[in-house]
Formats: sequence, structure tokens, C-alpha cells
Amino acid sequence: MPGKLKAKIVAGRHLPVMDRASDLTDAFVEVKFGNTTFKTDVCPKSLNPQWNSEWFKFEVDDEDLQDEPLQITVLDHDTYSANDAIGKVYIDIDPLLYSEAASVISGWFPIYDTIHGIRGEINVIVKVELFNDLNRFRQSSCGVKFFCTTCIPQCYRATLVHGFVEELVVNEDPEYQWIDRIRTPRASNEARQRLISLMSGELQRKIGLKVLEMGGNAVVGYLQCFDLEGESGLVVRAIGTACTLDKLSSGSAPNTNTHMHPNTAPASNACNSPSKDGKEPVFVEDLPSSSGPPTPFRALPTSSSSPPPFSPSKPCSRQSSSSDTDLSLTPKTGMGSGGSAGKEAGPLRTLLRQQTQTALEQREFPFFTLTSFPPGFLLHVGGVVSARSVKLLDRIHNPDEPETRDAWWEEIRQEIKSHARALGCHAVVGYSESTSICEEVCILSASGTAAILNPRYMREGCLDIGCTDHRFEDPSPPSCGFCHIPYDELNMPFPAQLTYCYHCRRQKVPDVLFTTIDLPSEAAVAGKGCLIQARLCRLKKKAQGETNATAISNLLPFMEYELHTQLMNKLKLRSMNALFGLHIQISVGENMLLGLASATGVYLTALPAPGGIQIAGKTPGDLSNEHISSIQKRINDTIAVNKELYQINPPELAEEGVGSPIPEPRHRSRLFRSHSESSDELSELDLSHGKKDAFVLEIDDTDAVEDIHSLLIDAPPPTGFYSCNTENMPGISNWTSGVQMFTSVRVLRLSNANLTNQGLNKIFTDLCENLLKSFYFKLRSMIPCCLCHLNFTVAVPEEELIQVTVTAVAMTYDKEQTQEKTAEKPVNKGSLEAEEQLQFPLELCADSSSSNIQTASKISGVAESTNISPRAASVDYGSFADRCSTWLELLRLKAHTIRRGSVKTISSLERCSPLQEGRSRSLRSSRSFGGSSVTVVKMTPLSFLPGIRIIKYLGIINMFFIRETTSLREEGGVSGFLHSFIAEVFAMVRAHVAALGGNAVVSYSMKECVFMENPNKNQAQCLINVSGDAVICISETDQESSASTANTGQTGGGGTDGAT
Amino acid sequence: MSVELDVFVGNTTIMDEEVYQLWLDGYTVNDAVKVRMEGGVMDECEASKDVLLSDTMDQYRTFQMCERLLHSPAKLANQLLFQIPPHRQIMLIERYYAFDDTFVREVLGKKLSKGTKKDLDDISAKTGVTLKSCRRQFDNFKRVFKVVEELKGPLVENIRQHFLLSDKLARDYAAIVFFANNRFETGKRKLQYLSFQDFAFCAGQLISNWTVGAVGEYNMVEDMDVDLDKEFLQELKELKILITDKDLLDQHKSLVCTALRGKTKVFPEMETSFKNLSRGLINIAAKLTNTKDVRDFFIDLVEKFIEPCRSDRWTAADMKLYLTHYTNSAHILDTFKHQVVWDRYMGVVKSCIFKMYHD
Repeated sequence: MPGKLKAKIVAGRHLPVMDRASDLTDAFVEVKFGNTTFKTDVCPKSLNPQWNSEWFKFEVDDEDLQDEPLQITVLDHDTYSANDAIGKVYIDIDPLLYSEAASVISGWFPIYDTIHGIRGEINVIVKVELFNDLNRFRQSSCGVKFFCTTCIPQCYRATLVHGFVEELVVNEDPEYQWIDRIRTPRASNEARQRLISLMSGELQRKIGLKVLEMGGNAVVGYLQCFDLEGESGLVVRAIGTACTLDKLSSGSAPNTNTHMHPNTAPASNACNSPSKDGKEPVFVEDLPSSSGPPTPFRALPTSSSSPPPFSPSKPCSRQSSSSDTDLSLTPKTGMGSGGSAGKEAGPLRTLLRQQTQTALEQREFPFFTLTSFPPGFLLHVGGVVSARSVKLLDRIHNPDEPETRDAWWEEIRQEIKSHARALGCHAVVGYSESTSICEEVCILSASGTAAILNPRYMREGCLDIGCTDHRFEDPSPPSCGFCHIPYDELNMPFPAQLTYCYHCRRQKVPDVLFTTIDLPSEAAVAGKGCLIQARLCRLKKKAQGETNATAISNLLPFMEYELHTQLMNKLKLRSMNALFGLHIQISVGENMLLGLASATGVYLTALPAPGGIQIAGKTPGDLSNEHISSIQKRINDTIAVNKELYQINPPELAEEGVGSPIPEPRHRSRLFRSHSESSDELSELDLSHGKKDAFVLEIDDTDAVEDIHSLLIDAPPPTGFYSCNTENMPGISNWTSGVQMFTSVRVLRLSNANLTNQGLNKIFTDLCENLLKSFYFKLRSMIPCCLCHLNFTVAVPEEELIQVTVTAVAMTYDKEQTQEKTAEKPVNKGSLEAEEQLQFPLELCADSSSSNIQTASKISGVAESTNISPRAASVDYGSFADRCSTWLELLRLKAHTIRRGSVKTISSLERCSPLQEGRSRSLRSSRSFGGSSVTVVKMTPLSFLPGIRIIKYLGIINMFFIRETTSLREEGGVSGFLHSFIAEVFAMVRAHVAALGGNAVVSYSMKECVFMENPNKNQAQCLINVSGDAVICISETDQESSASTANTGQTGGGGTDGAT
Repeated sequence: MSVELDVFVGNTTIMDEEVYQLWLDGYTVNDAVKVRMEGGVMDECEASKDVLLSDTMDQYRTFQMCERLLHSPAKLANQLLFQIPPHRQIMLIERYYAFDDTFVREVLGKKLSKGTKKDLDDISAKTGVTLKSCRRQFDNFKRVFKVVEELKGPLVENIRQHFLLSDKLARDYAAIVFFANNRFETGKRKLQYLSFQDFAFCAGQLISNWTVGAVGEYNMVEDMDVDLDKEFLQELKELKILITDKDLLDQHKSLVCTALRGKTKVFPEMETSFKNLSRGLINIAAKLTNTKDVRDFFIDLVEKFIEPCRSDRWTAADMKLYLTHYTNSAHILDTFKHQVVWDRYMGVVKSCIFKMYHD
């Protein structure tokens, strides 16, 4: 008997009128947990009843505590007929099961009915007394903390990252059981809600057990999904990253892993002090605490001669302190020892990989659902890996055996793992899984980013992240290290064009980098990022069973190819060279497939400048064609405009001036050049730097013309707006307090059946673009502002319907500060680069030794396949016209390094000048919400709130609601119905958070929004699943006072003890 | 191809004040879009007509969902469905309960019944206020009326607390309730020149001086600010002596005339019409025990006093001068014993006439 659950029903308010005669209600409440039910007295003739009940006590197993929700039903007493239900409240008591989280749930909850929506509110107090259970064979996993957040939560420190945990549970869907024919829609909906609540509880408990087995105490990046498979059942599955987390004392909390000041953490660390005086970071001291065997690296850093300490003349700017640390901590190990450095780097890396692999290989799947990491965790990024598989659902119809579903996912994960291997990586980060179901066909998808991780975080022993960051053996500076290729350049998994890192000049980097993770906070970027989307529709014939599945899986590779081409083109069009947060969704409908790829484009200064896009006809003669040249001009103009818009002025481009940054059509000369190594070419190459690698688009048919036109349709956001789909916006960090989370749903009906692929593409693109335009317009009062974490979900709910659901947050920022910061960055870099000139000769030698670069090009490590053709079909996406020999590349690098050193100061001065009229908005956006009797709960899909510090995580919010109506017209049609439903879901989330004593939800997401309608019958139904982390947060400036507000918010229910 | 469904929901409910006003004014979505386009909002964010339409629809839906809450504004503060910052809540309520003076002028003093509601389309046609807006305003009047009818205590304060309105708006509502309750006639042609604000001022005077609540000793009585003080109305009959007693009348006249002589150009007219005017005012007072005559209070004031003066071309200053001396001189009459009632009566009448004496 390990737990006692206590519940008290205090009062109700705003109840609906249930008795038409008296215009009043005789309400009472049933409290149910497991199989035990209690009732309150009837409170006659009141719409605001005061029950003030006794404490209802349930003595239960902790297993049940984890699985079951507390179910509260409000009814209207009727003497003669059956009592009418007013509505229900399900309370997930999981947050009460671990000591650090909430101690009491107390507050007003909306009373929800699946047919009528919210009908009044009820005030409830819930407590749990847990007894110690020493049973080793227990089935519960109380105490394991769950976080939706995909980074190490603020106020915690990861001492150990154990790795991937997954689980799935299967059940029959009550909606499809025979009994559903005779019961009311309400009963059916409630059965479904309850079942899903139970299943999520069970799932969480099982995952918790796995975490305990691994020795962890928390799951971070917990991602739970539902597959509504219809006849064949209901699957609830979840993945996450098991970690051992340590709570930080409140004093040190602000230093850890906040998005604002990611670099301050190491600076505050005492053990970093040796590095301050310019010496090598001595990690030898660190090693004895490690339980692992002595590694060969140990000797390396001390024996290699270290480069001269950094010049003491650091730029005197506000940013300098953090940047200093960055620079001085940059280990120079591998490269220090003269001409052999390049050679040494190779074996070093192999060794490193071997060692990390052993750490990771014990794990079945070295996957991490995290998207951002503590500094130093991520060493190299290989590229995106993804796998899709088409399955037929009706073949497996045995709900008691989840093994089939497990096997499917196992297959896909194996594939992902092997793709990562092919990229020379031992781990996959930013990993996620999804499905799309239409009738009996199901597409399972998984994607992630192949990466090499710092093995320290995986080993038992010295795992204190705070002490080890920046000190790993890897010779790459944090600002560019992750860009360096993890795979062997002599044996590349796919053709790619490699260059030396533009930042440290010591390692090879690809020309373009695609990832599913967030931009590492220490990465060096130029300008701002922006949302880049590729959208695609493909018609398919209606078919059944296997034919259908085959047709779909045949289409998939083409769709992925086209999506990637679009992404690539759009990236070039914005003059950027890397994508973060890439998420590709392929959604299946009866007669079409929809593909939507979203990512945040950014210019990484470590990567080469992207070439422009060059339009070419079928034959060289076509170049003179007026049409082509007009398109070329438009493209060139767009690139120029975008550069301006996103303030992409990488150091390399500074001296080139604003003049034509776009390649002139130099097709032939370039071809020639690739064969020549004459010195005449050199001067030309210098001038054309940044214009190389022009991406050639061939116009060979009308489709191609259409494609190019569609490229140019994407309107840039209006002045004052930026957008991204990642956690942090590249180039903006000075957020002010304005935050507006929103959800928007749009469904489009395609009127005629004679649509072509092209026509559909246009419609789909317009749909997405118009949505964005709507957001900009609606949020115009927040300018200057950035739409962050724009998460688009597409679905084909019915034939001829396209549904797009978007959840995002708009955040205001301080325009003036941005200016300052961007101005400072180049200054810092300038000094870095000036420093690097000294090392240039070394690089020269190192380079010449490896003159065997593969010349074919490839965007990123995208390996994909479908189940029916299980071979990993890596496709060569696009081709680059320009192929330079290493030798030329080398000379060019040299020229640039030297030039950059001198130009830097000028360019930075220019940018320092107050160019824009922007005025500070910090005052205007800091609204005070005081005075209301309802706690204000902020919600954001991000893991943080600007200017606000999270002091406590209260537990995971995971809620599932069904709403149905049989009076659609009366409720304002489909839009009115869904509008109020979404508002109700928000309200219920806020109420639960407030009852836990919290005042914000972070990492909020709407996982599912399934909408079905039958306007002829005046009916509609919608299912929504949302999740997030409930937190208590306080303003960074004004900690005490807001903490007290957070507390008073909780006591709304009538003075309970145990308020946090 | 058509947009089947289009919604946007913010965690903090987004409301555009301009659109809210259009909604309150009863514009249809399409008309509202037109107005917004003309207003130039499109240039702000490179918006298109579709964007504007979608935004307007969203906001209209939001307002419709909020409307239920606005009917009992106290609920708005502790409801959970919409997260609205307090200052926005205040704006929503204040605007929702705001009304058009032209509209309220039409229904002022009428019974707030179904019958009147049926006439709303005529009023809408006459005033140019959309029918939708007329209905909202009418329903607001009725709602406030119904709620305060059952409440004890001071009228303005009740309205302010119950509907969370500003002091000014609460006073206006008090006037509307007061007029509706006493069914004052305001629709006659002769009263057309008076604005709602004129009447609201007069209502304020009547409420604070002539009602049960005005006396002070009756605290917390039902309808204390709505019903006129019956005792006082009875006492008003005593004032008749000022016109029935020949000596008093003459004495009063000579006192007033002495005071006024040489101070105004219209003195001869004042002197000749004194008896008529005095009879007019005292007769109004004496008849107020009669409900029918209470209703005609304002029309009587205009017919018996304001019109004669106006035809004699009195200026507002003349009027002020005359009424001041007329009131004060009565105190000097030693046989006139009803000083308190006289002051209570003339205080209100004086300020009402001052307010009403304009073109």
C-alpha cells in the first residue's frame, strides 16, 4: 500500500443552468480513482455551489497512481430521472509523485464536457502521501522526472546522459468497438479520453522503469505521440533521452545553460582558470577522477607545442568577457605541432571515435531526442539522417501484441543507426519519430542528425559538465567545431565538396550543412536566420492495400529529393549555408501526398559562402535567351535583397563591397578553370570569391520554369519581423518580455478534381505563405518581433482537404541592442582571425599533403529509404558547376585570410553606427497583469521565456481532449467550433498549471489536432493532444515579488498548506 | 478551392480595438473589411484583402465568444477561457457598454420592453445606427435596469460595481435607468432640441435631490435612487401659497424686480411675465404627486418657462440672474414657511433649466 491519495471538493462556479424550471442547478460531485468512487452532498439550487467536502481518501498502489488519472464528475441531481452529467475534470497526479515537483494540486479547473465544452469551474485540492517502497521488483517508477524540453532544463545539471528510451502501448480504440454503436457519443468520447489518459500513464511509468534500470533519474526531450489507427487500434508511443540530472542550487542556476548567456558558465568555473593565462587547457588534472582506462590522448596535449597565447589586446566591448573565454579555451592541441598536424589529426580522430563508440555501442540505439546541448557535448555533425517506411495496418490486428509495432520501429531505428555509421558518426541527435496514417496505410518516419559526441558525457565518473566543457581533446574551437566533417574525407559516404573551415582553417567543412538540431549557442553566424520551407504536393491514384502502399513508397524518394532541392535553392536564394531544426513531414491522403520541410536557414561563418543560383538553358546558346536572363536577374536581385534583409555580411564579403555579389554567367570560363591551375586564374579567383559554386538550375521544360517561379514566390517577412523554427533565433538574443504563443489551423477545400501536381503545389505554397502573412499582420503590434519555433503540421483529413496546423511564439526584442551585438561579433572574430594568420603556413603544408578532395558535391548526409526498397538510396541532390582543385582553393584561402585581417575594423565600425531608427520597446512590452483573480499563465513552445528564470519544474503536462458537436451551425460553423475548442484547451492547460502552483508552460506543443466534419449532418469532431512542462518562473530583474505572486496564484482555492 | 476553416487562437487573446469598434457598431465582416482597407491598415504589414478578411473573421468570432461574458462583466475577470490583460478587460467592458447619444435619445424614458424592442428598426433607420448596434445598446439598458432594480443601495455605485464601468458611464446608465423607471416624456417635438447629456444632467440632479435616497436617512433601501420621494412631492403642494396668496405673489414680484432692475436689458419683459412664470413653476411642483404629471415634468418646464423666456429673448445670463433672485427672494418673504421644500425644489429646477436653456 504505498500511497494515499486525498482529494477535497471545495466549490463550483459559473455552472450551467440544468433545471429550466428554476433556472438553477442541484449539483453534486463524484470523485473516482481506479475503482473507488466517492460522492459529495447535493448543493441544491445554486450555480455557485459550496461543497467544502471532507477529504476523500484513496489507498492505492503507486503503479496505479502513475497510470490512473483522478476523475471528477460534476452532476445535476434529479429526483425522478437519471442524474445529468454536467462535465468532467481529469487530473493527472503524476506531478505529485516526485518530491521536487508540486506538493499539492489546488485550484479552479474548467469542467469539461465533450459535447458542450467548458461548463463552469470547480475548485479542487489534491494531495498524495507516498510511503517508501523498498521492493526491488516494483512496477512503478515514481520519482523519475519527465521533461518535454529538448535541452537540459534550466536549473538542472546533467551529470550523465544515458541515452535513448522508447516504449509503446497498444489498445483497441473505443470508437471502433462494437459497443460504440449503442452508446452515446459522449460516453464514447469519454471512454476514449480515459483510455488514452490511462495509456499515457502506463507508457510514462514503463519508460520511467527503463530509466531507473539505466541508472538515470529523468527523461528529457520526452516526445509522446498517438497513432489513431482506426479499426486496428490505438497506439501510444514515446521516446526520450534518459539522463541523470542534478538540481542546481538557486544561486548558481542562472549560469547554467541559459540561452541568453551560454558562454558565461565556463567562465565562472574555477577549474578553468589555468586556461585564462593562455596556456593549454590541462585536462590531465581532470582525468584521474575518470574511471576509464588511460587514453592515448592524455599525452598528446602536453607534448604538442601550444600556439602562442592570444594577444591580450582584446576588443573592449561588453561582449568581450564571454568571447574571451571562448577564445582562450579553444584548445589548439592537434594542430600545434608543425607540418605534421594535419596527419596527426586523422588518427586522433579515429581514436576518438573508437573510444566514443565503445561508450555508445553498448547501447542499442545511440539516439538523443535533445536538440540543444551543453557546450562541448557536440563535437561534430555529419548531416541529416532519415528513414521512412510504409506499412499496411490491416495485416496486424492483434492489440495484445505490441511487438509488431515495436518491430517496425526497431527496423527504422536500425536503418537510422546505419545511416549515421555511414556518415562516420556514432550517435544521432535531434532524433524524432512520426507517423502519417490514411485508412490502412501508415508511413513511419524517423529523422535525426548524425553526430559525434563528447564521450565524457556518456561515461560514468567524471561527468560534471560544468568542469569539462571546452576542455575536450578535440582541437576544434566551439564556434566552428561542430561543422567539421566527422567522416573520413578519403572515404566519403556521399559526394560532397569540402573546404577548409573558414573559421579555424584547420579542418574540413562541407559547403552546406543540414541538421535537425538547434543552432549551438556558441556557433559563429553572420546576420540573422530565417524560416525556410519547402512545400510539395504529389497526386497519387486511389488504391487499396498493397498496391497503395507500393505506390506511396515509390513516390517517397522523389518527394524527398524534390523537397531537398527546394530547400537547397531557397537556402542559396537567401545566401545562407546551413539549415537547423530541419523537419520534413510527409503526410498521406487518399489521393495525394503532401510534403512539408521546415528549417531555419543561417549563414555559418565557418562554412564557405554560398554561391548564387545560375540559370542555364539546355544548351549554352540558351544563355542569350531573354527570358532566362530576366529570371536570372530576378534571382540575383532576390539574393541581394535577402542579404540586406538578413544582414548577412560575413567578414569575407566585407571588402567586396555591395557590388555584384551574384555570379555573372561564366559558365565556360569556370569549366575551363576547373582544369587549369595556371596562376593567371588566381587573381580572378580572388575577386570572385563568394561567387564560386554557383548553383546551376537548368531550364529544360516548362515544369522547371514553374519551379523557379515558385522559388521566388516566398515573400520575405515584412519589416520588423523575423521567423525561425528553432529554439533560438540566429542573430537575435536580446529578447524583451513580450511573448505571444498562438495556434492557427487552416483547412483548404480543393474544389475540382482536375488538379495537376503543379497546380496543387501552388495552392499548397500559397496556403503556407498566406498563413505566415496572416501571422505577421495579426502580430504587427509586437514589432520588432520574431516568430520562433514556427511548427507547421500538414494533414489530409479527407479527400480534397488540406489541413495546416501551426503553433509558434512571437517574441519581441530590442532592436538597438541587436545592432550593437552584431557589430561586436565581427570585432571579436577579427582578432581571432588575425591570430590565425600566424598559423597559416602550417595549414598550407597540411593541406598540400591531402590534395585528394573529392570534387563531386552533395548537400548533406541525407540518406533515406523506404521499407519496400530497403537499400539506403543516397541520392545526389543537385550539382555544382564549379569544381576547384585543392591547390587553387588553398591559395585562395591564403589570400583571404590576409585580407580579412586588415579590413575587419572598418567593417565593424560601419556597422556600429546607428543605422536604424529603432527605439527601445522594453518598456512598452512589459505589461503588468496584476489585479486579476486568475493566475496569468504564459505559454511558449520554447524551453525558455525571455527575461524570466525558471526556478522549478512542476511536472509534465500531457492532455488529450475530444470535442464533438451535433449543432455545428449553431456553434458558428467549423471555424467557430474549432476556435472555441482550441481556446478551451488553452484554458484547461493554464488551469492545470496554475493548480500546480505554476505560472508558465515551456516546451508546449500541440502534437495532434485531428479534425473531422460532416456539415450535412451538422456534426464535427476534433481531437487535440497537447504537452509541455509546467514551471514556476520569476522575472530575472524582480525575483522576490514575482515569486510571491506565483504563490498567491495557487492559493486561490482556499488556503491550503504546502503551497510552494 | 476555398478556405473551409480558418482560426487563430493566441494564449493571450488578441483583440484589435479598431475591429472591436466595428463589431460593436454592427458592421458585417465584409463591411468591416472595407472600412479597414480604407483606413490604410493594409499598408502596415503588406497585408492583402484575404489576410484582412481572415483577421476580421477571427476577431469577430472572439468577440462573439466574449459577448456572453460581457453580459456580466464581473465574470470576465475570473473566467478561464480567455487570458485577457486587465487593462484590455476594462477597455472591452467600457466599449461594450458605451452607447450612441442619438440612439439613447430615442429610447430615453420609454419602457424597456419587448414593444420598444420591436421599434428598434425604425430607430435604426432614423438614427443611422445599425440595428445590431441598436439591439446591443437596448439590451445593455435592459440588463442594467433589471440588475439594479433588485439591488439596494446607491444607484450609480451599484451600476459601477456590478458592471465595472467608469464613473461617467455609470452615471449615464443611472440616468437611463431613472428615466426608464419614471417614464419621463422626452420624445415630444418641443423636447427634440435637448441632448441626452442635458437629460443625464437633469437626471443626476433629480436623483441626488428628489429621490428617497437623497434624504440620507434611508440608507440601503430598494429603488432608493430610482423612485422620487413621495413625502417631498406631497410637501410641494404647500408651495402653491406663493401664487394663490395675492399678497405673497406681489411681494415676491416686487422683491425680484427690485433686485433685477437695471441689471438686464430684458427687465421690462421679466416684470410683465413674472406672474405667469411663477405660476408655471409652482403649478409644476404642485402637480408632481400625479405620476402622469411627473412624466411631463420636462415638457412642462419647456412649455411653462423656457419657451416664454425664449420668446422674450432672454439670454442664458438673464435666465440665471432671474432664477437666482426668484429663488432667494422667497426666503425674505416672512409669511412663507416652506423654505426647505422650496430650496429642494428650486435647486433642482434651477439647474435643470440652466442646462436646458439653449438652442
